[in-house]
Amino acid sequence: MLKMEGVWKTFNAGTVNEKTALSGLSLELKEGDFVTVIGGNGAGKSTMLNAVAGVWPVDEGKIFIDNVDVTKLPEHKRAKYLGRVFQDPMTGTASGMQIEENLALAARRGDFRFLKKGITHKEREYYRERLAKLGLGLEDRMTTKVRLLSGGQRQALTLLMATLKKPSILLLDEHTAALDPKTAAKVLEATDRVVEENHLTTLMITHNMKDAIVHGNRLIMMYDGHIIYDVAGEEKKRLKVADLLEKFEQASGGEFANDRMMLA
Amino acid sequence: MKFINALPGPVAQGLIWGIMAIGVYITYKVLDLADLTVDGTMATGGAVCIMMMQSGHSVGVSLFVAFLAGMAAGLVTGLFHTAMGIPAILAGILTQLGLYSVNLRIMDQKANVALAFGKYNQIVSLRWVRDVPFYQNTIFVSAIFVLVLIAVLYWFFGTDLGCAIRATGNNENMSRAQGINTNTTKLVGLMLSNGIVALSSALYAQYQGFADVNAGRGAIVIGLAAVIIGNVIFGKISRNFAFKLASVVLGAIIYWVVYQVVITAGLNANDMKLISALVVAVFLAVPYLKRKYFSKPVKRGGASNA
Ligand SMILES: Nc1ncnc2c1ncn2[C@@H]1O[C@H](COP(=O)(O)OP(=O)(O)OP(=O)(O)O)[C@@H](O)[C@H]1O
Ligand SMILES: [Mg+2]
Repeated sequence: MLKMEGVWKTFNAGTVNEKTALSGLSLELKEGDFVTVIGGNGAGKSTMLNAVAGVWPVDEGKIFIDNVDVTKLPEHKRAKYLGRVFQDPMTGTASGMQIEENLALAARRGDFRFLKKGITHKEREYYRERLAKLGLGLEDRMTTKVRLLSGGQRQALTLLMATLKKPSILLLDEHTAALDPKTAAKVLEATDRVVEENHLTTLMITHNMKDAIVHGNRLIMMYDGHIIYDVAGEEKKRLKVADLLEKFEQASGGEFANDRMMLA
Repeated sequence: MKFINALPGPVAQGLIWGIMAIGVYITYKVLDLADLTVDGTMATGGAVCIMMMQSGHSVGVSLFVAFLAGMAAGLVTGLFHTAMGIPAILAGILTQLGLYSVNLRIMDQKANVALAFGKYNQIVSLRWVRDVPFYQNTIFVSAIFVLVLIAVLYWFFGTDLGCAIRATGNNENMSRAQGINTNTTKLVGLMLSNGIVALSSALYAQYQGFADVNAGRGAIVIGLAAVIIGNVIFGKISRNFAFKLASVVLGAIIYWVVYQVVITAGLNANDMKLISALVVAVFLAVPYLKRKYFSKPVKRGGASNA
């Protein structure tokens, strides 16, 4: 469960590069909501996810996860609530460490780390099972360095890491955008499966409007640092890409004509 | 013949400096931080150890306190870096500079303090590399230190905390996303590294028979040289962590043996620093130059499907 109340964030305040990325953003997710997020370049989608994750402090507003006020918590202390997958396949894993070591790191998300064994025998067996379910053959390469995996394999692994310990909220920031269409479809399929099986509350940013309509039970559109359109349930299911484009046009006065959203 | 006779010396020296190089390995390779504190810590350990032994403490206690002193130096650099946001290299330089004064204070403002041979219960000496029972031989004693250290580190970097330190060196963003306080892991890594360097310094001061305020000048370059030599020669053999640490020690031995060869060949010992610096510079440049001139374009994950 997530609640954001009137969140503001300005980067490089007081300089020529000043940019208000979040302007009074409010959002409330119910338990089990799977929300897709769309919006043009620089609309503030990633910034919203980073605000939830606590990458930097916000200027104003409050953020609650599971009814706990996390507004002042640093990133590593919020990690116990969050599973995250990023756009760049390099970001979500430790490339110089083995597949099983990465999983073991993720299994301890939010735990106090001291001198207990970094990975146990029993865990290995469990990871093998979970990896086998991905259907990528990674279960036979558990001691391979992650560096050697393809982008798609890495994103699938990062998704498994994000959900190995059930997160209160799953944050996906265009996690298939760097993959070829076939691989992207596979990773999206895996995403649907894991969200459904674990009944995860999810925020998924995508640039693909069709994906945004097909996946999830709710869709929000961002513009200029806040939410301009929020639709759920039956109404969302009936949406067409053309409807979304029209919404964009209205909000922006036609300035989206050249945005990469159009290509979706 | 002269060279063969002279060989045990550099081997013993290499083993002791190998401990130091393991400390450098922890920051440079595991944490991915260039820590210049060690140029100061490599004098601090010896200063603490010699002064304590002279005032009647056992060699064990003296070595342990030297280790703690090194950890304190690492803590200072770590706080400069994590709590005050000073870039790691600069943080190390600041601590190193400050340590010069601290080291002089430890040594009662003397630049060099000798440890009278035979008067104290020292465990290594350059006089004990030949013609002594094996258990008294400095090569044997230093090798035991190296083996125990490698065993302890092998265990430590397999623990939750050790894995968190490795993850921090690998990918800080990912580490924080997994709930790792990367400031803490950096602090622990820097403390561990400098503690180990100070331990090496304490052994080296006993080996030479004196503590010297300049003992650490250029130590980082020697440590890096050992790491690089070990990696170049033995890096392909095994990826096992214990083996990697062992190859760092072998790198240090090779460094000091080559040093001996070069000196025996008649080169001025004072030129060795220049040569070491050039050798390290070349090896540090190799990965960059390879990427720049010999790399094939890497295929990325395909076009964005935006
Ligand atoms: N760390 C940062 N420092 C400075 N400016 C930032 C930072 N993060 C984001 N911004 C700026 O804030 C604005 C919103 O960026 P954000 O990354 O949230 O957009 P987005 O909706 O995710 O866009 P995209 O579709 O391109 O990913 C942009 O103008 C961006 O340049
Ligand atoms: Mg973005």
